[in-house]
Amino acid sequence: MIPPKRRTPPKLQIFKDISSVSYAMMAGISFFLLLALWSLLSYTEAVNPVFLPTPDAVLLEFFRQLGTAAYWEHIGISVFRVSSGFALACLVGIPIGIFAGTFRHAEALIEPPMEFIRYMPAVAFIPLIMVWAGIGEWAKILLIFIGCFFQLVLMVADITRRVSHDLLHASFTLGASRWKAIETVLIPAIQPQLMHTLRLILGWAWTYLVVAELVAVNSGLGYAIMRAQRYLNTDQIFVGIIVIGLLGLISDRIFAFLNKRLFPWA
Amino acid sequence: MQTGSKEEAATRGEIVIHNLHKVYTTKKSRFEALHNIQLTIGENEFLTILGPSGCGKSTLLRIVAGLEDHTEGSVMVDGEEVIGPGADRGMVFQGYTLFPWLTVRENIEYGPKLKGIPTLERRSLSNYLLKMIRLESFDKSYPKQLSGGMKQRVAIARALANRPKVLLMDEPFGALDAQTKLEMQEMLLDVWEKEKTTVLFITHDIDEAIFLSQRIVVMGAGPGRILKEFNVELPAERTPEVREHPEFLSLKRELAGLLKH
Repeated sequence: MIPPKRRTPPKLQIFKDISSVSYAMMAGISFFLLLALWSLLSYTEAVNPVFLPTPDAVLLEFFRQLGTAAYWEHIGISVFRVSSGFALACLVGIPIGIFAGTFRHAEALIEPPMEFIRYMPAVAFIPLIMVWAGIGEWAKILLIFIGCFFQLVLMVADITRRVSHDLLHASFTLGASRWKAIETVLIPAIQPQLMHTLRLILGWAWTYLVVAELVAVNSGLGYAIMRAQRYLNTDQIFVGIIVIGLLGLISDRIFAFLNKRLFPWA
Repeated sequence: MQTGSKEEAATRGEIVIHNLHKVYTTKKSRFEALHNIQLTIGENEFLTILGPSGCGKSTLLRIVAGLEDHTEGSVMVDGEEVIGPGADRGMVFQGYTLFPWLTVRENIEYGPKLKGIPTLERRSLSNYLLKMIRLESFDKSYPKQLSGGMKQRVAIARALANRPKVLLMDEPFGALDAQTKLEMQEMLLDVWEKEKTTVLFITHDIDEAIFLSQRIVVMGAGPGRILKEFNVELPAERTPEVREHPEFLSLKRELAGLLKH
């Protein structure tokens, strides 16, 4: 006799959590597929190796480049530009965003022009920036700042507006003045969400960095990529892209770690 | 108490609501939420406003709290007109409003800290309140680690930490399960006994209203107005057995009949 088959629910359930092992396995598979496709196309020379280098050539180039002091200088200057532009945008943007999210008057004053400006592509400002700030460090920092600032203000304002009104009212009935309520309720309440937003914006900052470094520079990772392109060193282009990806990943992980450490209550 | 003799000579926690109207007007429509509310709540009284949803009872409470303004009339607490929220009127909300980034103790000490009460004094006050709500061992927990009933106990303690004249409660136990609700009601009566504040309580639960209150005001909707007042003639000491008291049952019947219409 055949034992009755145990009925099990289908595996793919909407929103259902999976074990961390399964998660890691799926992630591993997707990387593996990517690598397999790359290997297939490059080792069989289905694509000309000049356009698509093989994985081992890129890996070799990766270690060769990281072995040189010059490459670390490129990394250093790029990290400096990204962090300066990003920090500046945060320094100015976060307070303005909180202000715009808190008071309707401030919202009306700040948001409409920002909504307008944010649809202007930051890249289109490059010629203007070069006229205003020349081609020095400030020009790159300014471009990253422009790319991040307007979005940041709008997003911070939005987070601030979504703080529970009941929490705010509770603080009023406990004796808080308006300014105290901003200090003791709004600012702590937005922090976890703010960290998520900063993570996102930092990603954009890296994108604008590459754009900034494609014009009139002789240092930085974007420049290294440009130069490699000039000599058709596609393996070096790959290395540049991978290094930027890794730097982005590292900064993102740092943010995620800080989020867990700083806000255990969330 | 820090605010000396003037207060002690006069009443403490008397709410006088006079000729109160609240009308919401938009360009197209006009909605009368409260119509001519007259109500005086005495010093140290436990008064419940009972009514169906949409009768404006929450609006009335929020006006007394100063969180909403009114169209006409006045609300006075100890002879002073209410023009905004203040620490003299503590409030417990229906939803959970503990500050999630503060521990239980820090939540309780929030009001006293704003007032600038020194750390040691604050500490002994929060110790006293933690003991009263029987959550001493949870002083370092964050709100997300507490059950719904525990959260509301902390919310009550947090409101009481300011030593308010009046405690305003907006269906505070509405989201709790039946068993927890009963426990909370008994605890609240204990607290009221110890703290001697005026309590203005909002609910749509008839049993809850009778068990807790000295006086019940029934409100009706469309427009929100007071229908009738009842004195609850039950022993001051409310034990669970009170729920079988003939007075309890007859009042319950009467209130249920009134709310049906």
